[in-house]
Amino acid sequence: MSTNHETVPFEEAMTRYEPIIGLEVHVELGTNSKMFCSCSTTFGAAPNTQVCPVCLGLPGSMPVLNRVAVESTIRIGLALNCDIATWCRFARKNYFYPDMPKDYQVSQYDEPLCTNGWLDVTVATDEGPQVVRVEIERVHMEEDTGKLTHAGGATGRIHGADYSLVDYNRAGIPLIEIVTKTVIGTGSLAPAVARAYVTELRDVMRALGVSDVRMEEGSLRCDANLSLNKPGEGWGTRSETKNVNSLRSVERAVHSEIERQAAVLDSGGRVIQETRHFNEDTGRSTSGRSKEQAEDYRYFPEPDLVPIAPSLAWVEELRATLPEVPSVKRARLQNTWGINEFELATLVNAGAVELVEASIAEGVDPAAARKWWTGELLRVANERGVELSELPVTVGQIARVEALIADGSLNDKLARQVFEGVLAGEGDVDLVIAQRGLAVVTDDGALLAAIDEALAAQPDVAEKIMSGKIQAAGAIVGAVMKTTKGQADAAKVRALLLERLGVSE
Amino acid sequence: MRSVDADLIRQPASVLAAAISEGEVSSLEVTKAHLARITEVDERVHAFLQVTGEAALAAAELVDEKRRAGAKLGALAGVPIAVKDVLTMRGVPTTCGSKILEGWRPPYDSTVVARLRAADMVILGKTNMDEFAMGSSTEHSAYGPTHNPWDLTRIPGGSGGGSAASLAAFEAPLAIGTDTGGSIRQPAAVTGTVGVKPTYGGVSRYGLVALASSLDQAGPCARSVLDAALLHSVIAGHDPRDSTSINAPVPDVVGAANRGDVRGLRIGLVKELSGAGYQAGVLQRFNEAVELLQGLGAEVVEVSCPNFDYALGAYYLILPAEASSNLARFDGMRYGLRAGDDGSNSVEQVMSLSREAGFGAEVKRRIMLGTYALSSGYYDAYYGQAQKVRTLITRDFNAAFDKADVLISPTAPTTAFKIGEKVDDPLAMYLNDIATIPVNLAGNCAMSLPVGLAPADGLPVGLQIMAPPMADDRLYLVGSALESALTDKWGHLLIEEVPSL
Repeated sequence: MSTNHETVPFEEAMTRYEPIIGLEVHVELGTNSKMFCSCSTTFGAAPNTQVCPVCLGLPGSMPVLNRVAVESTIRIGLALNCDIATWCRFARKNYFYPDMPKDYQVSQYDEPLCTNGWLDVTVATDEGPQVVRVEIERVHMEEDTGKLTHAGGATGRIHGADYSLVDYNRAGIPLIEIVTKTVIGTGSLAPAVARAYVTELRDVMRALGVSDVRMEEGSLRCDANLSLNKPGEGWGTRSETKNVNSLRSVERAVHSEIERQAAVLDSGGRVIQETRHFNEDTGRSTSGRSKEQAEDYRYFPEPDLVPIAPSLAWVEELRATLPEVPSVKRARLQNTWGINEFELATLVNAGAVELVEASIAEGVDPAAARKWWTGELLRVANERGVELSELPVTVGQIARVEALIADGSLNDKLARQVFEGVLAGEGDVDLVIAQRGLAVVTDDGALLAAIDEALAAQPDVAEKIMSGKIQAAGAIVGAVMKTTKGQADAAKVRALLLERLGVSE
Repeated sequence: MRSVDADLIRQPASVLAAAISEGEVSSLEVTKAHLARITEVDERVHAFLQVTGEAALAAAELVDEKRRAGAKLGALAGVPIAVKDVLTMRGVPTTCGSKILEGWRPPYDSTVVARLRAADMVILGKTNMDEFAMGSSTEHSAYGPTHNPWDLTRIPGGSGGGSAASLAAFEAPLAIGTDTGGSIRQPAAVTGTVGVKPTYGGVSRYGLVALASSLDQAGPCARSVLDAALLHSVIAGHDPRDSTSINAPVPDVVGAANRGDVRGLRIGLVKELSGAGYQAGVLQRFNEAVELLQGLGAEVVEVSCPNFDYALGAYYLILPAEASSNLARFDGMRYGLRAGDDGSNSVEQVMSLSREAGFGAEVKRRIMLGTYALSSGYYDAYYGQAQKVRTLITRDFNAAFDKADVLISPTAPTTAFKIGEKVDDPLAMYLNDIATIPVNLAGNCAMSLPVGLAPADGLPVGLQIMAPPMADDRLYLVGSALESALTDKWGHLLIEEVPSL
């Protein structure tokens, strides 16, 4: 168990060590059917209802490769600037475990479909946004395993459980694994680079439409490898942290592992090559399976499948279907929206680019769209520890609120209260307005009464305004807003006030 | 038993099919005659692990109804058949001759079984085999050995001894076998029957419980070349469920069997598959057959395939390697035997205890060999090298087929040996397949057919014909010519000489 004295504060650790990271990302492809059979891949079905002899690995059954899965993998490879193999095979990875129907996993081993790519990611630094190129070693295909649930026992692991249940609905869902080369020289940016990489990768997958990339449902999973070394010395031993289930956790996992390994090394200890299990609640990891004795998977070419040999023509056909690369698209949007690097980085880091774009498409003014997504909504997302996209608010709702502001029915302050209600699950925009009684006061009589009241209370201010110091009007407007509990249009109050006093601007 | 029944069981499948289609006899009568024969003799032969009598009678009645209704029937409609217990059949226990699968009822039909059904054939039951098709004698079946109808104290070959014996005992007119290193051909040789290993990919492997996926191939077993061809054409052809299945028209095997002609054909004698290690009586009958072929107008040439000498070694690395992986799923978790599940053992221990209890000695031996051959640090030296040998053997075949249209050799080095004689000597057992293994490694096709009885022991001798991939029709062209020449000489098929049980 980790305790505080077993960690070194991050900033301090970074004064003595250099981190090297490597990321393995698994993405469940969003194909309709499984990798080797026609079973459905829909998430959330009753256990063991989306199975057949093939994905159950029944004796005699044989796999038939899903063409769409291959196409998706090639498109991913192309989007990540990879070379596409002209000939490659599947292999069997042999090991015994109850979530594996055949006790081997059909995967790619020494002949991946895509190799040698890269992905540029942007991280915010004190000196402004910085682009880091993450090199990609390989993108390969494999089949997912079943899902085990361990009942009883303290750890939730198989050892010590009273019994275990296995759901093979997930077995055979096409997975791709994207493995980076070692990422060196990022220093204290390492946690941010890790997060930015996974974020960017997610955006690429989303743009390609090959996966729904939902980390909380496990359709995007990240394993973070990390080692530390002293400057000028050889590479250290790496650990692999699993169970990293959100973008935020990617950053936290790397951050906390740096703190842990630094403490181990500081005390003269040795980092053990092992799998570690990240805990979302504590933000720390616990030791898992040791990898000191490398497991022997006895890989060999899968004899039940024929080699994949994508023709050049097919690859080019698929290349033609590639969407705009997210980074290129962002550059274009920056230009269109007329924002600077910093503002763009803010949008990117907030995961707000697509949301802002979608809001604009719904008719929202670009500046207003940015204001909402990187302001109030981002604040709530951070508070709740979720992604912006996971907030229960739609771009349609933003468009509605903005329309109501434009016609004077709402002001900014009221609009914030509307979103508060929407986010609290009180219903759609108009329902929240009705239930909370948030409409702007448009009755001139009521506003004039409030203005008169405020003028009476602050006669000196009234004098100033009438003597030409129009900027003093703010005090009266503020007082009126206060009496109307913010439900007035400040611009209108100001106009009425000036009219009342016979002053013109 | 009525005399008509005794006649029915000795008829060729082609004759039965014609009689059924003409309404001269019903499928039900034919089926009943065979079921009666099984009841009569199988206690002594033990060719069957499972007899599906009721289902067979129901299937037969259905065919008869169809015929009466004037429906168009297939070439083998209504003809009974025995299926090796390595092919899945919906709802019927499939054991692969192993304790570990005892009680498992597959929820699906293998493609071969589905095609038999689609052809309106009547499945009599599942036949005995060496456990997971590992063996050349059927002695490695967990359910006891099968006995050779020519001499019940002898082995019927293996692994498909049950299928071959069922033919020689007249329990079935046709049977399905599978051949990974000779498991159709060697049993055919030692039981005086015909067996064909089609081109790899020629017959779907879907539902064939895999021993070695890159070598396994299902094929026809029969008492005559024409019957084998008829069955071949029923089960062969592309299957989208098997990625390794060949998407091309099935060679015209029936036409070739009907034509039976070797005039002008170049027949290659493989130098390496003869001589030392082959029983004198086997060589004698083989040489006589060669002379006969020459007399029929074939040109006989000698060819050399030097890398065949390494075939056995390569085979016993590739097969165990693939088998060790294919048989991993038998872990007691999902189906079949489970041992040690008393709450005191971990999941790994239960897996281990189930495999310990469920697998026989030969299976364990090969799983260990294969696990070792694939291990990190040994892979290149064993599995990798074996794959290179495989390529060399394929090249030897290619070169030989430049000089000859087909190649021939004895099918097995000896006639049927005694039950128990080699069961404790794995290497002696493995040598049975020395002449049949190269074809599996290269993926081409071969047939074994009877060419007489060895003078010293009076037991059947088989001759192997090998043809290039997807030239399966040549096997039938040559086999049929040779069979009819021998039939002319003897006055009947060799199988007619099998002692009555």
